Amino acid sequence: MTMEATRSHDEHFESLERQVAATRLGMWIFLVSEVLLFAALFTLYATYRADWPRAFEEAVGHNPILIGTVNTAVLIVASFTVAMGLHHLQHGRSRTAVAFTVATVGLALLFLGIKGYEYSIHVTEGILPGGKGRFFETHAVSDGFAAFFTLYYVTTGLHGIHVTVGAAVLAALAIGIHRGRIHAERSHPLELGALYWHLVDCIWIFLWPLYYLLGTHR
Amino acid sequence: MTGATSYLGHGTTLKSWLLTKDHKRIGVMFLIATTIALLVGGVFALLLRTEHLTPEPTLVGPHGYNRLFTLHGVIMVWFFMIPAIPSGFGNFLVPLQIGAHDVAFPRLNLASFYIYLLGAFVLLGGLFYGGADTGWTFYVPYSAETPTAVVPLLLGVFILGWSSIITGLNLIVTMHTMRAKGLRWMQMPLFSWAIYGTSVIQVLATPVLGMVLLLVTLEHTLEWGIFDPRHGGDPILYQHLFWFYSHPAVYIMVLPALGVISEVVCAFTRKNPLSYRALVWSTLGIAFFSFLTWGHHMFTSGMSVFASGTFGVLSMFVAIFSAIKVFTWTGTMYRGSVSLKTPLLYVLAFIFLFVFGGMTGVAVATTSLDVHWHDTYFVVAHFHFIMVGGVTTAFLAALHYWWPKLTGRMYPEGWAMVAAVLVFLGFNLAFVPQFLMGNAGMPRRYYFYPEEMQALHVLATGGAWMLGLAFVAVLIYLLWSLRTGARASANPWHSASFEWRTPSPPPHYNFDGTPRFERGAYDYTRVEPPDRPVSLP
Repeated sequence: MTMEATRSHDEHFESLERQVAATRLGMWIFLVSEVLLFAALFTLYATYRADWPRAFEEAVGHNPILIGTVNTAVLIVASFTVAMGLHHLQHGRSRTAVAFTVATVGLALLFLGIKGYEYSIHVTEGILPGGKGRFFETHAVSDGFAAFFTLYYVTTGLHGIHVTVGAAVLAALAIGIHRGRIHAERSHPLELGALYWHLVDCIWIFLWPLYYLLGTHR
Repeated sequence: MTGATSYLGHGTTLKSWLLTKDHKRIGVMFLIATTIALLVGGVFALLLRTEHLTPEPTLVGPHGYNRLFTLHGVIMVWFFMIPAIPSGFGNFLVPLQIGAHDVAFPRLNLASFYIYLLGAFVLLGGLFYGGADTGWTFYVPYSAETPTAVVPLLLGVFILGWSSIITGLNLIVTMHTMRAKGLRWMQMPLFSWAIYGTSVIQVLATPVLGMVLLLVTLEHTLEWGIFDPRHGGDPILYQHLFWFYSHPAVYIMVLPALGVISEVVCAFTRKNPLSYRALVWSTLGIAFFSFLTWGHHMFTSGMSVFASGTFGVLSMFVAIFSAIKVFTWTGTMYRGSVSLKTPLLYVLAFIFLFVFGGMTGVAVATTSLDVHWHDTYFVVAHFHFIMVGGVTTAFLAALHYWWPKLTGRMYPEGWAMVAAVLVFLGFNLAFVPQFLMGNAGMPRRYYFYPEEMQALHVLATGGAWMLGLAFVAVLIYLLWSLRTGARASANPWHSASFEWRTPSPPPHYNFDGTPRFERGAYDYTRVEPPDRPVSLP
């Protein structure tokens, strides 16, 4: 690992500093576009909740609040671990950085596992998107209940895809740190990956109250 | 000099083009792809206009007609109008205008082109299965229930949306971080500013479209009933989400065009803009307010009078910024040293047609009037005045103005002027009758019409054919000029704008070292005028 390699930047940029600044701005703009993507789904939620307030309350109550809360804790810890990974990387402790990044990936997979388990609960009891499934045939619930769960599947599904992508990106970054391509003098790839990961967490922080807390749990 | 050292000669294998990271080559590839889209969309237009020659069946049946107008709209909006100027000219010119060697993310730039191709490929798949009949607006519930191949169209557009977002992201970052030392924001050429405003809209609005089209795809294929009232859904919500993107989208199409006009006005009257700041701030004002007006597409959907009124007023607000631009341009041209070449001819056509298109826009923004015109040919004429009379005219102006820079050749001025006049005449013949028939009550997207409307339909069809043939003529002489056009000097127009400080065509790396910016982009006191007095050819 030569000094030239640590200072190298793409040809069309004047300097590494410019390139890092550009990639950082690029990532922030991308994150803003992701917020707009989810904004459409939050708009749907707000509209349908206003149309079906009692049905939504009841449907939220039907969602397993413990699972949702555990998943929230998992993601918050995962944000912490990736931040710690970046901190250690920037202070030259690459091995520790790898450990924290791998831990983040592990927590991401744990989140997905718990989510999958939660989906299986719903599928088993017969709640499917679009008001389909046994549950809707055997229970007299309003259309709002069906709308809630369709939105639930779409929104948490889209979020789950983002968690998966984030996990893959972080795994690749962990490998990059391990191989010395990412290190204290060239830490921006992990910084950008961590930014993306924090957004994924942030989005979930909004999903959690809307889909798990704002209802009457019995 | 031109030749082996230009970006065109830097690597001549197919692979050197297909795997290029050069923003100029990517821009050219986008121009080729979007021009093909324009031709395909144009063919669908000619087919549906020919169908309307008679009130009875002429060429196709009613279901075929529905597919024709759907495909015309989808291809024109997303495969031509949205990407043509930003991804074509924007990619090529912005780095040159700001003194950069490339855009911020060249590999992402190449990816955006292949994503465009992927979207086009998916759409072609849909075409193979007969396309869809929902209209380019894909309104539910019909789009969720139609037996036609709507899913490939929805997915094709969804994929294309990512190309649009990436282009926008790339150009924003480029302008923020790669302006050459000494080039301040308020010295940047106006075309680059226009692309900046466009890119902001692309990044913010397109994800919403992506999401809503994905939802309709789920509704159609899996019957998830997201917008279906039988499952608690709201079809008007679809319209809100769709138009939340699609109104700003028309400004994605218009803002770059306005940037082109600013450049050509200054270059062909050899004057600095009457107010550079007015043109910059009106661009940003349009970009901002464009997000607040979408409801004017839904005046008859059952919205409250208060909401309609609010959307109407906000829509008119945008017209103020457009008017500021038009007055600034005309004030700039006044007492300028006018060189009436083809680009300026298109600009004059633009100003005339954009003003009429814009005024009819303010008219339809008035709820009480729109109730009469909604879903009639009046609206169709309004938006074609802007989209064809405005944006496509500006696209042609850009093509002619920057042709020497892109290709190193001059186009034949005589033929170009004739074609420009044909475009203008054909356009007016095609669309002025549509205002009249729309006001008389002719609905849009209707296969049958009463006999009294036939005369206007025949005029419109005649105009459409004239317009189409004029476009083909332009294509022919432009391609012909690649072989036999006069070789262009670095700055054949003696323009002051910065992209003209490179050879025509530019070298692969744009500049040796970093260019210096010691004068403004429109400072004609410091630029050599053409040798001989300019006159009509």
